[in-house]
Amino acid sequence: MATTKKDFSEHMIELQGVNKWYGDFHVLKDINLNVGRGEIVVVAGPSGSGKSTMIRCINRLEEYQEGSIKVKGVEVNADVKNLREVRANVAMVFQHFNLFPHLSILDNLTLAPEWVYNKPKKEAVETAMHFLERVNIADQADKYPNQLSGGQQQRVAIARALCKSPDIMLFDEPTSALDPEMIGEVLDVMISLAEEGKTMVTVTHEMGFARKVADRVIFMDAGQIIEENDPETFFNHPESDRLKLFLEQILDH
Amino acid sequence: MAVYEVKPAKVPPLGERGAIAWVRHRLLSSPFNILFTILGIAVLAMIIPPFVKWAILDANFVGHTKADCTGDGACWVFIHEKLKMFIYGFYPEAELWRAKLTIALAILTLIALKFTRLRWIKIGMIVLLPIAAIILLHGGVFGLPLVETSKWGGLLLTLVISTVGIVLSFPIGVLLALGRQSRLPIIKTLSVFYIELIRGVPLITVLFMASVILPLFFPEGINFDKLVRALIGITFFEAAYIAENIRGGLQAIPKGQYEAADALGLGYWQKMRLVILPQAIKVAIPNLVGSFISLFKDTSLVMIIGLFDLLAMVQLTANDRDWLGMETEGYVFVAFVFWIFTFGMSFYSKRLEKQLDTNNRD
Repeated sequence: MATTKKDFSEHMIELQGVNKWYGDFHVLKDINLNVGRGEIVVVAGPSGSGKSTMIRCINRLEEYQEGSIKVKGVEVNADVKNLREVRANVAMVFQHFNLFPHLSILDNLTLAPEWVYNKPKKEAVETAMHFLERVNIADQADKYPNQLSGGQQQRVAIARALCKSPDIMLFDEPTSALDPEMIGEVLDVMISLAEEGKTMVTVTHEMGFARKVADRVIFMDAGQIIEENDPETFFNHPESDRLKLFLEQILDH
Repeated sequence: MAVYEVKPAKVPPLGERGAIAWVRHRLLSSPFNILFTILGIAVLAMIIPPFVKWAILDANFVGHTKADCTGDGACWVFIHEKLKMFIYGFYPEAELWRAKLTIALAILTLIALKFTRLRWIKIGMIVLLPIAAIILLHGGVFGLPLVETSKWGGLLLTLVISTVGIVLSFPIGVLLALGRQSRLPIIKTLSVFYIELIRGVPLITVLFMASVILPLFFPEGINFDKLVRALIGITFFEAAYIAENIRGGLQAIPKGQYEAADALGLGYWQKMRLVILPQAIKVAIPNLVGSFISLFKDTSLVMIIGLFDLLAMVQLTANDRDWLGMETEGYVFVAFVFWIFTFGMSFYSKRLEKQLDTNNRD
């Protein structure tokens, strides 16, 4: 890996020898990955390569069978206390936004702070409005999710994720379900987060985003990490044939 | 290449607007449809005029005895004279104010529910109403003379049974539905077993069991009230159906909702209470109201274990020597009362669905 000016020696996420099976199907094969504080990692790869599964293991939306995952030194396992701590530190943004349709935008944002983190209502609302302004959508606070466009919903989802002040943000294909004209507004928000120094792991096909903000790009195929590098080397001097083929397929248009 | 002007919207042609369009599309859209429209009108023409003649035009409304019914039509004097029986059963005359107060309380609660916004207060009212009603009706405390449940009857009894049945079976049903989805095998198996067992048994059987077999399990001398036994039977019967309705709602909730709640850090009960159940119950409302309506009508089955609900009152009052042969009037009246209540329930559920619809709200 090329040397960078930033220091990522403090590990926020550590995956060691992680293996996962769906029945007999081996989805994750010996995944080793460390993500440093403030590092922006982009995970790319063909569909079915296990990239979403990998990041979903980090906050235990998926369980793994072998190896170990630590978030800020806390083991991600069935232990309820650990899980609470991990999920307080890690926020996730989903491909399909997954906003709660029965709650207003504001209530979507204040739900976890009020019920999980016991914030007073007033404080929760203030924080929520702050982050809604941050993603330029404060004027929609009283609406319901289904009244918003896809791009707006995804920005709300990002604001919701930010409300518990997580150290780590996981993005699981955040722009894949969006109409083309709405991808930009979501990427803009993600770029500003990256510039702020949030630790981010993003599964995406947006190679422009990877080039622009990633500290490291990871290529996964068939359940394993094939290649990882800084964006410049990753895109301009790929080594493995599989990555070369992949880049040809997604960039040659 | 060319550039086109933006065009203003125009009104649709005359035949596609308002009542004309409705008649054309709904009643006369095809030869079959025209045939059915004519048939429908013919059937209505056969049924409605004779009924109106019997129930209104030729009916007798004034008087106090059967002898006052001289016309060919219905003798509504009977209903008027026996109204107290139909509504309160054998509830003692001197204590009738308690029954009236209970019904007034129920109506007030319904109105208050409409104007209350806080969910906790709403739930509080729904829970308190049956408790207050039982204390008021049964008495024996606070200086109220005891009125045994065997004296309760008519519409009052029907309402008591259905309200208590609905209010108590709902939480049990929710727990059973969650149990059926549980990842813990014992809880899941027990829930499935319970639901399938109850659903495989007719309510009549459950009532017989509650009435005849349940007392066998208690030592001699301990005698459960007949009404309480019926209420237990109905509650546990209804809970299985509620559970299935809610399960249907739960299955409509996308996996992403669970994941989002998990990722935010919500625990199981928080996730269910705040995210999943509100959505699942909303989806289940039409089915839930269907079950409640069924339950409301099924309460008339308590007649077979010797409780005299609204329907049983028809037989009872028509057996009065002075009023022999009045079953028809009685049944028509009772059917009308049942219809008022069930229609009210389904009307309310429609409104509730609209009110809770957050998908297309502007």
